[in-house]
Amino acid sequence: MSRIGKIPIAFFALFIVAFPWVAHEIPSIENYTDIMIFAGIYCLITMGLSLLMGYAGQISIGHAAFYGIGAYSSAILTVQYGLNPWPCIIIGMILSAVVAVLIGAPSLKLRGHYLAMATLAFGIIVYIIFNEEAAWTGGPDGMTGIPGLSLFGFEFDSVEKYYYLVWIFVFAVFIFTVNLIQSDTGRALRAIHVSEPAAGAMGVDISRFKILVFVYSAVLASLAGSLYAHYLNFINPSTFDLFFSIKLLIMIALGGMHSIWGAIIGAGIITFLSYEWLHYFEEYEVIVYGAILLLVTIFLPKGLVGVPGIVKGWFRE
Amino acid sequence: METITLSGQLFQYLITGITVGSVYAMVAVGFNIIYNVTEIINFAQGEFVMLGGLIMVFFHVVMGLPLIMAFPATVILVTLVGMLLDRLAIRPIRQPSVLTLIIATIAASILIKGAAMFIWGKDPYDLPAFSGRNPITVFGAVIQPQYLWVIGFLIVIVIVLSIFFDRTIIGKAMSACADNPNAASLVGINVNQMILLSFALSAAIGAVAGITVTPISLMEYDRGAMLAVKGFGAAILGGLGSFPGAILGGLIMGTIESFGAGLISSGYKDAFALIVLLIVLFFRPSGILGSIEISKIKRF
Repeated sequence: MSRIGKIPIAFFALFIVAFPWVAHEIPSIENYTDIMIFAGIYCLITMGLSLLMGYAGQISIGHAAFYGIGAYSSAILTVQYGLNPWPCIIIGMILSAVVAVLIGAPSLKLRGHYLAMATLAFGIIVYIIFNEEAAWTGGPDGMTGIPGLSLFGFEFDSVEKYYYLVWIFVFAVFIFTVNLIQSDTGRALRAIHVSEPAAGAMGVDISRFKILVFVYSAVLASLAGSLYAHYLNFINPSTFDLFFSIKLLIMIALGGMHSIWGAIIGAGIITFLSYEWLHYFEEYEVIVYGAILLLVTIFLPKGLVGVPGIVKGWFRE
Repeated sequence: METITLSGQLFQYLITGITVGSVYAMVAVGFNIIYNVTEIINFAQGEFVMLGGLIMVFFHVVMGLPLIMAFPATVILVTLVGMLLDRLAIRPIRQPSVLTLIIATIAASILIKGAAMFIWGKDPYDLPAFSGRNPITVFGAVIQPQYLWVIGFLIVIVIVLSIFFDRTIIGKAMSACADNPNAASLVGINVNQMILLSFALSAAIGAVAGITVTPISLMEYDRGAMLAVKGFGAAILGGLGSFPGAILGGLIMGTIESFGAGLISSGYKDAFALIVLLIVLFFRPSGILGSIEISKIKRF
């Protein structure tokens, strides 16, 4: 994924721009625009997380916590202190960055997968805090009355308007991430991915880059959380539980963890599965998710993005 | 009704903590067995405990088998699940890296949890205590006989495992795989079989933990994850890979949790153990009894 072609990006942009119009014309998928908002929000998280998994080779099982920190920063500061939503989003992102450094720095300085454990514990602690600190967070009932977003008097008050707002964010982050991958930082990250000792020998400060990626992914998750809160106008802790963190893992494993397209495809598919296509399974959908994750890990180690390569391999034989 | 004294209360927390801690210790020992042979952190470890409890309920309560038969039957069934986990989720992975193996165990854990929800539903299940529920009062603390069963089984597991690893050929072969899998296979040890055995063994221990704790705390389908996290915390606290460390870590973890819930806040009960885990990870990642030298050569 060293180069991202311009043509796929153009098609992707066209698809996103045209989607609400097309969906509006077809009654059976009319509500898909709404679902695409959530897909966009999840894309924001998975793009950062796939950098962490695909490049830094680390897994986080606690990104629901950063998603929650963003959402609750927005909710608490707007509802209880009456602040304008935009600075609240920024404050949430800064808070997430600080927390990410505190969690990430000690565990990423160590070799191995200590980050997985630290983020797992951290995620559960934050979830407990959301439930227990009812004076701030409303406890298990959550918070209502979170204001929507507006910019210079323009209200993002319809599904379509919010859709475009979210996807503009996704696009900005997408372009920034692609540039990041193709910059010196990206080269260092790729070197770390191929061989840590070799990268270290060439003077790459491995733990610094890993922390950088972890913080970047946490900030994006926080932004996503804020956008979620301002869209639904209501949040409660169950959105930010351990299973959501695992769902994010599934999105990335399904799409393909070494590719930014994988992050987007995985987020899209899992969003539609959970909001639309798995209703039939009700709460047993967890079995479907487990099966997807296991099958992908065994048969598609590169995720869906790796499928064209596999098919090409068949034809070459 | 006796008056509750402060010292009696504290003693009560200690006993409860040691009981819960014994369960964490068993989970931690299970983690270590698999970790030592494969370097995998098996996130499905807590599901073995959950399955142990629920399958025991099925054999003992639903089918009415006597305790002495239901117990081994449950352990055997859960052991089979552990072996299936290795054969169906771990072995088929073609490009095994620690990352993908960990993800595979996460996948297995949610599959097992989903299957348990499908079979048993969401209600918690009770199991009759092994020797009744007439509490013994010691120093003003109320001790359920079942507490002693839990602690007793931990002791039995410790003794059996130390005999296994120190005195039997298979046990020594497993320790050899833990030290160096390549060298072990050079001297004719079948590493794949040792991996299978490690999953079987830690599933069996998980089952024992689940069976013994269910009469105290009930059991439901979604308890596995939290048990796994705390058991892992205990393993890290004691030093990943160290068996005495796992026992010590489990008991400390349980005691902290019990005192924290009793004296500070019961809502944060689950958080105390995890905060300890984070503190240990940050300040002494090799744990109390672990060695830094060993942690340097391991991939996890």
